[in-house]
Amino acid sequence: MTLTTQSDTIQELTVEEIRAKLGTKMPIEDPEEHMLLSMGPQHPSTHGVLRLLLELDGERIVNLANDIGFLHTGIEKTMESKTYTKALVMTDRMDYLAPMSNNYGYILAVEKLLDVEVTPRAETIRLILVELARISSHLVWLATHALDIAAMSVFLYCFREREYILDLFEMVAGQRMMVSYFRPGGLWRDVPEEFEPAVRKFLDFMPSRIADYEALLKNNPIWLARTKGVGTISADDAIAWGLSGASLRGSGVDWDIRKTMPYGGYEKYEFDVPVGTDGDVYARYRCRMQEMSESLRIIRQALDKLPKGAVNIDDRKIVPPPRAELGRSMEAVIHHFKLWTEGFSAPAGYVYQAIESPRGEFGCYLRGNGGPKPARVHFRTPSYVNLACLPMLSKGVFVADLVAIIGSIDIVLGEIDR
Amino acid sequence: MGVEQKLGNMGVVTHRLEDLVNWGRTNAMWPMLFGLACCAIEMMDMQAATHDGSRFGMELMRPSPRQADLMIVAGRVSRKMAPVLRRLYDQMPDPKWVIAMGDCASCGGIFNNYAIVQGVDEIVPVDVYVAGCPPRPEALIDGIMTLHEKIRGEKLTDWA
Repeated sequence: MTLTTQSDTIQELTVEEIRAKLGTKMPIEDPEEHMLLSMGPQHPSTHGVLRLLLELDGERIVNLANDIGFLHTGIEKTMESKTYTKALVMTDRMDYLAPMSNNYGYILAVEKLLDVEVTPRAETIRLILVELARISSHLVWLATHALDIAAMSVFLYCFREREYILDLFEMVAGQRMMVSYFRPGGLWRDVPEEFEPAVRKFLDFMPSRIADYEALLKNNPIWLARTKGVGTISADDAIAWGLSGASLRGSGVDWDIRKTMPYGGYEKYEFDVPVGTDGDVYARYRCRMQEMSESLRIIRQALDKLPKGAVNIDDRKIVPPPRAELGRSMEAVIHHFKLWTEGFSAPAGYVYQAIESPRGEFGCYLRGNGGPKPARVHFRTPSYVNLACLPMLSKGVFVADLVAIIGSIDIVLGEIDR
Repeated sequence: MGVEQKLGNMGVVTHRLEDLVNWGRTNAMWPMLFGLACCAIEMMDMQAATHDGSRFGMELMRPSPRQADLMIVAGRVSRKMAPVLRRLYDQMPDPKWVIAMGDCASCGGIFNNYAIVQGVDEIVPVDVYVAGCPPRPEALIDGIMTLHEKIRGEKLTDWA
């Protein structure tokens, strides 16, 4: 017997091979009765091109294996052939639900390698935008997660608010999704005047919108039945599997990089880290919903004390000169030319910078060799690590529950395969 | 000023069958729910409240290729995904169309490397290319309108 859903050109596996891949942790009582099913890569509930190999006993999952790599893009290798500044555009396209966070992790690593510190204004603007990205990412998570559990209207509401955040991104960066707005040493440019009132408007209406989503789901009997007690993972297991983000905090582990290893000035802001207790799908849902409100709190504080001043450091060897200077200064022309053809050189050595992305610990390992291009870039992406616990979480559950579990660990395939 | 005033008492409309069929095809297209990468999020946005794809008869996304007649390739196609994509295309019943959404699907985009297929037209015939990285939902709607335009000019014998 072979997996008949796959063509010759795709991997064709025999039952024995799949069993070997799945492992034999569960005793198989009557193997002939079990059905092997390939779920994905074209499936509406796998949140991208994830393929799952399932061994089913009736409708219960006996074994599960992840098959990833359908979106492998070669991002890390391609970044090695670009200058530090130009490699930035690659990072947008990994976690495409929160490109700002990816930019931030990479840029912080570059700045750590260069040993520069950005201006207070740039730091605060970055923080506001990253928190907005967190909200927009959680909105897509909620929309698709609820859609998987057949709550259609939540999808429409969430995308309405997300559209507003994307408009804010477009206002500052000129692009809705792939912003590439953070640059080594600061920002591409200062935010326009309309930015602050627009964010304030968002802060005004968003709490009531979050209350709307809560009203739709929080005590909804169908939602509770589908999420409570499903996909439970204990705190010890969650740590052992290396989970991070809301998937870890849902199990009751109080771990948020913004608090434990502050970066980018998070230590100056007051906010709470929502922690669940049960470790099930519902607990992770609660954590992310509360995180949205906490992000609003951070944004409000940051806007209130948004400092005036420059957004870029005054170092012509890293930040290109302003356009206006090019007409009157030979020095500026030389710097401009050097930076955009050759790029700046970073010292040899390596750094690791972790940030709390919407999905968990997003780490960037960067190695410089003294030249203008990184010698090695590697990303520790939260989705990749979080996905690894899926076979454990889905042992013995129904296929319908598997869909809820995939939604609750909030994976982005672009980040897993990169 | 409805059609009934044109009918007189005859109760008969004469029209070319070709135009009628093409009109029907454009207004009840079933795109396949086939998201690959970043562009898929903008494709979802096209379906959501603000842009509302159902204005153009496009709201019924079908995850099964057997029920779909439009494939929107939304995102980059890796070498590993390419045979799957071709298989999905083969499973779609005629008549069928393909929109290459975004730069990666159109030509490889910024990923000129070992992993990404340099344009999905290497695998399947493409009707409309939508530029952008990712294209705005409005751009995708424009692409769909362009496809509708193309379909309205098609001959019945093309698919026979």
